[in-house]
Amino acid sequence: MKRILILGAGTAGTMMANHLRRSLPAETWEIDIVEERTEHHYQPGYLFLPFDLYTPEDITKPVRDFIPEGVRLINDHIERIDPDEQFAAMRNGDRLHYDLLIIATGTKIAPEETPGMLGSEWQKSVFDFYTFEGSLALRNKLREWEGGRLVVHVTEMPIKCPVAPLEFSFLADSYFKNKKIRDKVEITYVTPLSGAFTKPKATTALQHLLDEKNIHIESDFAIERIDCENKTIVDYGDRTIPFDLLVTVPTNKGDELLARSGMGDDLNFVPTHKATLQAKNWPNVFVLGDASDIPTSKAGSVAHFEAEILTENILSFIAGEPLKQEFDGHANCFVETGGGKALLIDFNYTHEPVEGTFPLPGIGPLRLLKENRMNHMGKLAFRWIYWNLLLKGNHIPFVSAKMQEAGKSFD
Amino acid sequence: MEKTIANTVLKVNEEGYLTDFSQWTKEVGSTLAQEANISMTPRHWEVITYLQREFKNEVPLSIRRIGKSGVVDIKEFYQLFPMAPLKTASKIAGIPKPVSCI
Repeated sequence: MKRILILGAGTAGTMMANHLRRSLPAETWEIDIVEERTEHHYQPGYLFLPFDLYTPEDITKPVRDFIPEGVRLINDHIERIDPDEQFAAMRNGDRLHYDLLIIATGTKIAPEETPGMLGSEWQKSVFDFYTFEGSLALRNKLREWEGGRLVVHVTEMPIKCPVAPLEFSFLADSYFKNKKIRDKVEITYVTPLSGAFTKPKATTALQHLLDEKNIHIESDFAIERIDCENKTIVDYGDRTIPFDLLVTVPTNKGDELLARSGMGDDLNFVPTHKATLQAKNWPNVFVLGDASDIPTSKAGSVAHFEAEILTENILSFIAGEPLKQEFDGHANCFVETGGGKALLIDFNYTHEPVEGTFPLPGIGPLRLLKENRMNHMGKLAFRWIYWNLLLKGNHIPFVSAKMQEAGKSFD
Repeated sequence: MEKTIANTVLKVNEEGYLTDFSQWTKEVGSTLAQEANISMTPRHWEVITYLQREFKNEVPLSIRRIGKSGVVDIKEFYQLFPMAPLKTASKIAGIPKPVSCI
């Protein structure tokens, strides 16, 4: 009997457990998945929770409900991985040996990286929305906040779901309009990038929306510290921006486990071949989702596309054949723009997001890089798709793992 | 696109970054620095040389990595190349604009 060990039962690990159990015979391959938490969170919901658009119940279900029969779920903390001896050591002392390891431990916020972030104002006037606790605390704050300077801030790249802080700004604009206090709120979007987004065409479209919603942007801002006393953020060039309410996306890092195991880079992301998803240093280790260092978005859609490719590659690896399936960096993200509208972007390593139709070329019904109601319905429908299709490793109709070039307006 | 500096025709992209590092000379770097309103000192050149070495080694550059390099800390990096130091310094060094992965 051989063993595949999956570390992490978030979006990526759960999908992989489902794919592999269907693809490998139970008589010869045991599949184990290790997860410390017992609740699975629909992470895109962290964006909606602060604005009372979703409730905690909407975005929480038991981890166990999504692990297929024939896969052993181990609810424990992983102390370290020994990739040379091929085992993972658990807190209770057990050593789980593996023939093949899949790392799907994701990315976490590291507010301790920025001096002052975890200071006296943390969860008083300084909030994150990348954790359930942070998002809920922010909801409670917003319910009673009467206005002032709202600063939405990105600490440094890469971050999970790079459009989320922009979406937060757009939704905040709508939220305060609905509360009839938009005139009492000044919204500033602060980014270390040179513009609203990393890719030129999407930046133009998103900048237009920022202008339309009267959201001021401060770019090229590399934060050095938060000054809690004066309630300002300060960058290395001594630029300061005052806030009454700071919603920040702290530095994102891979799990500490990877640092303890000597397997990560300076941000604890595992160096990974971007086409095959095989770890660069260990042939029998594969990395799925946010845990890797590949140059694409850290997002559930990416993990979904990767999982289809990785399943094929793992079957090839087990058969001793070359890994021929190549991941192209495909990402597909709904961008909530407020007021019941959204836009959709679809891109990969080499093609930036452009206008067009999706998923059916020339038909749609969704429109790329254009704000409309249908895209917003798509984003809302996605929660159902996530719980019912995506986590179970089902193929989403008409949406291929590799990006389609048809139906898009490239120059 | 092309641009003439010090009687040499250089290949540049639309943002003015050299697209062929082999065309870079210290004179080209000095001229690009002047365009960015930076007067180069030996300390500036040390940092530029470091960035070029990392580029040749195909190490992706980020503010964080530079801060931990031991060559220059982030505070000083900002003093040497104000506002957007990594972009400005990369342009002077004749290496591509750093990609912040998405």
